[in-house]
Amino acid sequence: MPVIEVDQLHKRYGAKVAVEEVSFTVDDGEIFGIVGPNGAGKTTTVECIEGLRRPDRGRIRVLGLNPERDRAQLRQRLGVQLQEAELPDKLTVAEAIDLYRSFYRHPADHTALLEALGLADQRKTRYRKLSGGQKQRLSIALALIGRPEVAVLDELTTGLDPHARRDTWALIRTIRDQGVTILLVTHFMDEAERLCDRLALIHSGRVAALDSPTGLTDRVNTEQRLRFRPSAPLADQLLTTLPEVTRLTRTADEVIVTGTTNLLGAVTAALARDNIVAERLRVERTSLEDAFVALTGQQP
Amino acid sequence: MPPVLSPAVPTAAHPDPARPRSALGKLMITEAKLLLREPITLFWSAAFPVILLIVMGLASSATQADLGGLRLIDTYQPILIAFAATAFAVQGMPTALATYRERRILRRLATTPVGPARVLAAQLTANLALILTATAAIITTGHLAFHVPLPGNGLAFLLALMLTATAMLSLGLLVAALAPSGRAAGAIGAVLFFPMMFFAGLWIPKATMPHVLRQISDFTPLGAAVQALQDSTTGQWPAPVALAMLTAYAIIFAAAAAKFFRWQ
Repeated sequence: MPVIEVDQLHKRYGAKVAVEEVSFTVDDGEIFGIVGPNGAGKTTTVECIEGLRRPDRGRIRVLGLNPERDRAQLRQRLGVQLQEAELPDKLTVAEAIDLYRSFYRHPADHTALLEALGLADQRKTRYRKLSGGQKQRLSIALALIGRPEVAVLDELTTGLDPHARRDTWALIRTIRDQGVTILLVTHFMDEAERLCDRLALIHSGRVAALDSPTGLTDRVNTEQRLRFRPSAPLADQLLTTLPEVTRLTRTADEVIVTGTTNLLGAVTAALARDNIVAERLRVERTSLEDAFVALTGQQP
Repeated sequence: MPPVLSPAVPTAAHPDPARPRSALGKLMITEAKLLLREPITLFWSAAFPVILLIVMGLASSATQADLGGLRLIDTYQPILIAFAATAFAVQGMPTALATYRERRILRRLATTPVGPARVLAAQLTANLALILTATAAIITTGHLAFHVPLPGNGLAFLLALMLTATAMLSLGLLVAALAPSGRAAGAIGAVLFFPMMFFAGLWIPKATMPHVLRQISDFTPLGAAVQALQDSTTGQWPAPVALAMLTAYAIIFAAAAAKFFRWQ
């Protein structure tokens, strides 16, 4: 049975349609991503799942429960991290954890949780004095303190430095490995690509694509590209005559070859025949960001 | 390292971790702690009225005919109790609550099993406790240092005090409901505080007000509050009109707050 079911969700604010028609399911133990540009309807969708908003049309079930009708039951089992939600400035980390623990029937062990999130040394630090990364980790801790079966994390790594982002990703995987299904909202394509098992690309209130990250990039992956520095002078014709090669361009010291599948094998074989070595060879593949642009006709 | 989501283990603080302390109790303790960490609010709302009382006490010697046969300090004691109640309820509390809304703290609570309404209950309780504490400090200081008589009609005094606190806390909720931000709530609170305190007699005690001003004062929340507190201090039952005014204000403010309050 899917953990989250969203069927033909529709939500408007006055005259503005925020979610036109969104349907997807999330399976047990998945990290499922909702990606899309700002204002695409991502946050409205998850707020309906969290029971914070009432859908105009459509059906939502989380763990088989109706987020509106079975609110009290669901809130014991669903952990939420809200975008830009803060805590009182003078509340310490330990006090915040202790307070949120009291909300749940079967809370997690706070010492283990704080240790796992790297906040053990900040127990007595007030919220205002925490760094951006520490605030974000505390927010994750509060989403997990009730030992939820499902966690909804909205814009998890916004405002974090690259190091903190990677740590956070590793943490999310650890949490999933402990059996928590994760719904992740993000506008970062690299984050979705590295972290999610499957994702729904939402554009103008609709699901533009629903697939694994590789599945999505494969859809638009029509060509491959190689970049290298030849060890000896190289005549263009050597490669442009190959059936696999569609185009060849040069930068100051690099050659860039574009072509179809099996480009790498054909090019390296041709170079080897002339005893040329392709130094610093890189194969560039379509990123999720490229797929996003291709599928929506818009920058993420 | 133990698994992140391992179940809670018993500790001294939580011998039975499967059943943590009541969420409402925990919220009340937390809000009270946070309030005690605001030195400026505490000084203005609790310490300043006590200091003012001491100044009045040092300045007043004999009873004054124009104050209805009371000393200056006797006149000011109920005014300063109203000061403390209003500063906590109408200035401090709405600023805190509007900030909670602005920073999405209320919305975050809405995703937990307890919901955001209980944080309101916790704020009201914590502020009421501080109003009662400040009142006790004012009465004790006045009595011990300057022989201000203790409330002659204790029951009537308690009734007047609770009605005053309820009316002001309801007004505070209304300010929190209408203010778009914590900063705006502080500004609205200050705009309300000074005219209300004027009619309470902070600058000109009611007894010395011109007739028209005194009549207007009777119909303002703090004019009625000071009247009720003063009457019960001298041992009488407060004038019914003062109690009725306070009750009416409490109901109107609370109803308006309930109508306009937004969680986000």
